Amino acid sequence: MGTLEMKSITKRFDRVLALNGVNLTAADGKILAVVGENGAGKSTLMKILSGVYPHGEYEGEIFYKGEACRFRDIKDSEKRGIVIIHQELALIPYLSISENIFLGNEQAKNGVINWHLTYQKTAELLEKVGLKENPHTLVENIGVGKQQLVEIAKALSKRVEVLVLDEPTAALNDIESENLLTLLLELKKEGITSILISHKLNEVLKISDQITILRDGKTVESFPNENVDENRIIRGMVGRDILDRFPARDVEQGEVMFEVKDWTVYHPEIADKKVIDNINFHVKKGEVVGIAGLMGAGRTELAMSLFGGAYGSKITGTIIKDGKTLMLKSISQAIENGIAYLTEDRKQYGLLLDETICRNISLANLKSLNTGLAVDEFKEKRVAEDYRGKVDIRSRDVQQHVKNLSGGNQQKVVLSKWLFADPETLILDEPTRGVDVGAKYEIYLIINELAKQGKCVIVISSELPEVIGLSDRIYVMNEGKMVGELSKEEATQEAIMECIMNH
Amino acid sequence: MSIIRNNIRQFGMIIALVAVAILFQILTNGIFFRPANIANLITQNGYILILAIGMMLVIITGRIDLSVGSLLAFASALSGVLIINMGWPLWVAIPAVLAMGGLSGAWNGYWIAYKNIPFFVVTLAGMLVFRGLTMLTLEDGTLTPFPDLFHTMSAGFIPNILGNTGPGSYNITAILICLAVSLILIYMEFRNRKVSIEYGAEILPMPFLIAKLVLLVGAINLFGYWFAAARGMPNILLLLAALIVIYSFITNKTVMGRHIYATGGNPKAAELSGIKVKRVVFWVYVNMGVLAALAGMVFAARLNAATPRAEAGFELQAIAAAFIGGASPMGGIGKITGAIIGAMLMGVLNNGLGHLGIGADIQLAVTGLVLLIAVTFDVYTKTKVSKTEKT
Repeated sequence: MGTLEMKSITKRFDRVLALNGVNLTAADGKILAVVGENGAGKSTLMKILSGVYPHGEYEGEIFYKGEACRFRDIKDSEKRGIVIIHQELALIPYLSISENIFLGNEQAKNGVINWHLTYQKTAELLEKVGLKENPHTLVENIGVGKQQLVEIAKALSKRVEVLVLDEPTAALNDIESENLLTLLLELKKEGITSILISHKLNEVLKISDQITILRDGKTVESFPNENVDENRIIRGMVGRDILDRFPARDVEQGEVMFEVKDWTVYHPEIADKKVIDNINFHVKKGEVVGIAGLMGAGRTELAMSLFGGAYGSKITGTIIKDGKTLMLKSISQAIENGIAYLTEDRKQYGLLLDETICRNISLANLKSLNTGLAVDEFKEKRVAEDYRGKVDIRSRDVQQHVKNLSGGNQQKVVLSKWLFADPETLILDEPTRGVDVGAKYEIYLIINELAKQGKCVIVISSELPEVIGLSDRIYVMNEGKMVGELSKEEATQEAIMECIMNH
Repeated sequence: MSIIRNNIRQFGMIIALVAVAILFQILTNGIFFRPANIANLITQNGYILILAIGMMLVIITGRIDLSVGSLLAFASALSGVLIINMGWPLWVAIPAVLAMGGLSGAWNGYWIAYKNIPFFVVTLAGMLVFRGLTMLTLEDGTLTPFPDLFHTMSAGFIPNILGNTGPGSYNITAILICLAVSLILIYMEFRNRKVSIEYGAEILPMPFLIAKLVLLVGAINLFGYWFAAARGMPNILLLLAALIVIYSFITNKTVMGRHIYATGGNPKAAELSGIKVKRVVFWVYVNMGVLAALAGMVFAARLNAATPRAEAGFELQAIAAAFIGGASPMGGIGKITGAIIGAMLMGVLNNGLGHLGIGADIQLAVTGLVLLIAVTFDVYTKTKVSKTEKT
């Protein structure tokens, strides 16, 4: 075995610099933890390492055992023994454990699969990863934790030397996480090098030998895991000037306008799984409230369940708006009652990509354009032109198809749609995801303008600096519960992380 | 000139239609454009056109209805039983058959929209069920004849207001109707232009507008001449024209129309914009059922018989018409006029090939190839258009 090195890796997406001269060294047979905020470039870096982004699409060099490696694809990197396990599991639910493990690597002779050999090998692998399941069991019938183990077994079935795990414990419960970490230590004894990407700093501290911190696409530091605590890592992850990234807002806040009480939501398919657990919060007129939390904390689920029950089942609790209790049975009722929800995934849930800017903006409020029988298309166009100017959508005209716009301009189209629906409460879910820096600032300005108009704005964001920079007050969510409320003065990244960790 | 760019597909199809027609005119030594043949072309394809209108809406929502051919057969069988066997007056029987169509559509729509059963399965089941019901209804074999009035509605012509002046004379009604339509069209175009200017919207440059009107008015009156020279304007054409106008209005101008497009374009985004996607899908299937029942009566009346062996495969012709006419299999894209052009192109091909003595076997094969070519053309022009649009 040998040491893996990535030297001055630079990767651009169009004009956006995702990685800027990143260096990383994974010592032979050790566990390296890579930490950083969302968007720091961790996943991109791992995709380069595994050949998802082939040589030529990035600058810099990868050295393994002293040799330069130029991977063309995933197969290429796997041949060298570098195997990545992605955040979203890549198993096929309707195939058995052994079929999944040997998928693409079938134990076959002349195209005929030797099932006896397959099952025998599967049993050995399952033994190794400590998974007590029948190789014939379908993957859909085992939990996420066990699926994660199947993924590792699959990696081990190939001659693995370097194992890369991207947030392996994000979807696991405590016991499952514990098992997985123990397994990684076992594999370390066998000489396998691991690279662990994780948000869970306690896990990082527990098993890693070396810690590398990425921030804004750069390696900021790398140190051995000796006499280090979580605060030390957080400081490394954060530590940036966030003063002028957010435009100032001077708004007089009013009365409490939007209030949610005892809100509980169950999973739409798994009947007894509580996704949102007894949540209470309120927003004042003209206030911007942030909801912070890690991926899977239930923020989007909370927002969508409030939006006329767009997510979840067995929803209980009350929404009080302007002192009036709302009974929302559908999304259209939510919109009629002045609630808007801007989705975190605009392409999937926000836009009619094959339609024009004009028709996207009018979609949620066609009623107001209806004159007798027909939609007043002239008025519609004027409205669209109006918003195009107001939020500065850069396009040829309002008849341009939305799919041809950049991410930032698409996001402005979705925002315009909700502005035109004229809501009093806006829930903005990751309003700046996939948006470049300039457009981000413009979206912040729009949020300020909304607050000035006396609207209630709820901002959900995974980027802590953004939540802190934008919000007058911050709620912290974890595992479907509210675990903290911080005023603007109290809100620091450390404080938010602490709320989550101490929970 | 985004008006032209955005409609390139429609222009292309019209040009193809005209080119094919002219080609047949040459190959058949002038039989194709004979007035009687043109009238035939309309009456022969009336029920497919009606199905194609409904199918276009279904396809815009991103779905398909395989049951309409069987439903058409069932509706024609039912009209036979109600009108011929039971002697119901037409003003009761026709609404009753339409209601049955609506209920059948609601049956499909219920399972698809509210129970999340795949549309392919539901409408395939409907295809078998309605075919079975047709045979059950007509256990005793073909029913014939219908009352004259019913037959005439579908197969007849609008009478000459000057009375029947004998062979060789022209049907004045047809000419008058076409002239009136031309005037209305010209008036509407200029009114629309005036309003557009008031609102500062983009307008077609005057020469283009005049060229467009000359072509349209010319085409309408050419048909008027053909109809006048034959037996007059087919009754079924009035029905078709009304359906085209109503459904074009619904899809282009109304909130309901927007909801249908949004449902097909991105159901999740539509739902999150407050559109009741399930309800939209349900009603689109109800509408399809009603139109299939209407087409069934048109079909039975033209044959002047309700027969259990009413031709199968109409649903596929309607689907093909919609795709040839520019619908996207992914949903969200398509126009009523597209469905009409698509169905007419297929009709012209069958008619022309028939005149050349080419059998149904080859006709089918040609239709299949045209479908493939049209959609391939679509896929390629679309990627081109979006490339030039990119900013």
